[in-house]
Amino acid sequence: MENKAALSAGERLIKSKRNRSLGELRGKILVTLCALIMITATVSVTIFLTVKGLQSFLVNHVSPIEFLTSTNWNPLADDPSYGALPFIFGSLAVTFLSALIAAPLGIGGAIFMTEIAPSWGRKVLQPVIELLVGIPSVVYGFIGLTILVPFIREHGTGTGFSILAGTIVLSIMILPTITTIATDAMGALPSSLREGSLALGATRWQTIRKVLLPAALPSLLTAVVLGMARAFGEALAVQMVIGNVRSLPASLLDPSATLTTIITLNMGHTTYGSVENNTLWSMGLILLIISFVFILIVRYLSSRRKI
Amino acid sequence: MNKGVFDMAATITIEPKLHKHPTAMEIKRETILQTEDLSIYYGDNQAVKHANLDIEKNAITALIGPSGCGKSTFLRSINRMNDLIPVSWNEGKIMYEGVDILSKNINTIALRKEIGMVFQKPNPFPKSVYNNIAHALRFYGIRKKKQLDEIVEESLRKAALWDEIKDRLHDSALSLSGGQQQRLCIARTLAMEPNVLLLDEPSSALDPISNAKIEELILQLKEDYSIVIVTHNMQQASRISDKTAFFLNGSVIEYGETEKIFTNPDQEKTEDYISGRFG
Repeated sequence: MENKAALSAGERLIKSKRNRSLGELRGKILVTLCALIMITATVSVTIFLTVKGLQSFLVNHVSPIEFLTSTNWNPLADDPSYGALPFIFGSLAVTFLSALIAAPLGIGGAIFMTEIAPSWGRKVLQPVIELLVGIPSVVYGFIGLTILVPFIREHGTGTGFSILAGTIVLSIMILPTITTIATDAMGALPSSLREGSLALGATRWQTIRKVLLPAALPSLLTAVVLGMARAFGEALAVQMVIGNVRSLPASLLDPSATLTTIITLNMGHTTYGSVENNTLWSMGLILLIISFVFILIVRYLSSRRKI
Repeated sequence: MNKGVFDMAATITIEPKLHKHPTAMEIKRETILQTEDLSIYYGDNQAVKHANLDIEKNAITALIGPSGCGKSTFLRSINRMNDLIPVSWNEGKIMYEGVDILSKNINTIALRKEIGMVFQKPNPFPKSVYNNIAHALRFYGIRKKKQLDEIVEESLRKAALWDEIKDRLHDSALSLSGGQQQRLCIARTLAMEPNVLLLDEPSSALDPISNAKIEELILQLKEDYSIVIVTHNMQQASRISDKTAFFLNGSVIEYGETEKIFTNPDQEKTEDYISGRFG
């Protein structure tokens, strides 16, 4: 305090080398560096994947049309063919089907936790969800392989390795993502909405269905899309139960394959630089592009005006 | 107020339940709600203490008092909105057309339709203006487009909003100004054809011009509805209400004709509060 009195206002307030804090600058450099590293990592992975992914088309002259539309995947034949459609279809099929199962369950659970039993519902469901997140995907795959696949084999047709098995495993895996984000979305709704509807003589269910769910819809859709993004990228657990065949499935009980399972299965035994290896990179590029689409959808939904 | 009034008030305060005594100034109206020894608790905390109020039909009753005095709690108990607070419970009765609306077997959904409520902060649904009103009507089975249109227009007219927004019925209610939103909330409540309107500081979040419009509207609505309004605005209470109840620490200190409460209150505490000596 005595110091302050001794200095003139100019000395105290005008920026000078003497009173500039070094710590301030150090902190700024530190966090800027963190941001730069993250940006560099993302950009370089994207560039590398784009370059590698385009090589099969540009260097090996695999037709992109054939790659995207042909159902014939036979890279080891004398006349090799590289049709990745079954895998693209498989990836999209398990993603959408698992979202179809997990979205109602997750949003229902979120409503239960926020509207029906906020005190004990949260106490019971919250740890359950955290536990679901903590289970490694190989364990999900293992359980699917041991319980689900034989069950489907006995009660349906075929070997049990199927889109259905992959869908069920994935839907349980993405349930926590959807439930958590949906719970946050429902919880963030102002209580004035709830009160406004109840004060008009609406029942609790009418309030949930007609007021709260529509108001939270953009965030709920975000929850579902993020869940789908997770399902789309999951490889290991799906690979263990889906059967990994190279043809389009005719029914839910047929085995299939996804982009991720084909990459993990084949990356080990193909030579780096070979045509087959390059086409695996192309599949990686497709995964990246579709993931970007998911992110764009999320951004669009969260920026959308809520009427 | 002047010293003479003060002395006169002091001589009468011996009687504990003054608010039950009709005075010469009182005009007799029909009552629509009577609270009988009503106490409301949040856990162990008694927010309203043994309130006995007769709310009159087609009149405006203002509840005044400092923050935390229990007036909002009292208001919210009338259409059972306190049910939403898990720790709240109550003793005593609120009689409405011969029925104790605090009893367990009351259908709160039907009750809230008859006793509507408007909140401090405008809370329109994030829907169009039209659907804000049609929303609750559909729950009661009114689905015909023509009938909905009629009720929407009628409610908006009653809330003095129709001329301002008749061309914007399908715009988002959130695009309206604060004052318009609040009148929309009133219109939405009126659409349910309630008997009683509960207003919880309906214009405290609004600018003076919107406030004036809401006050004008409330005075018009008195013709058809019985209105209970919580307000922090003393001028508002004296301008629009017929009866005023002064709450302090959960108790009703004084209840009577607004004119009397504001010019010649019986209780010293009322006098102190109204003249701005505390609160």
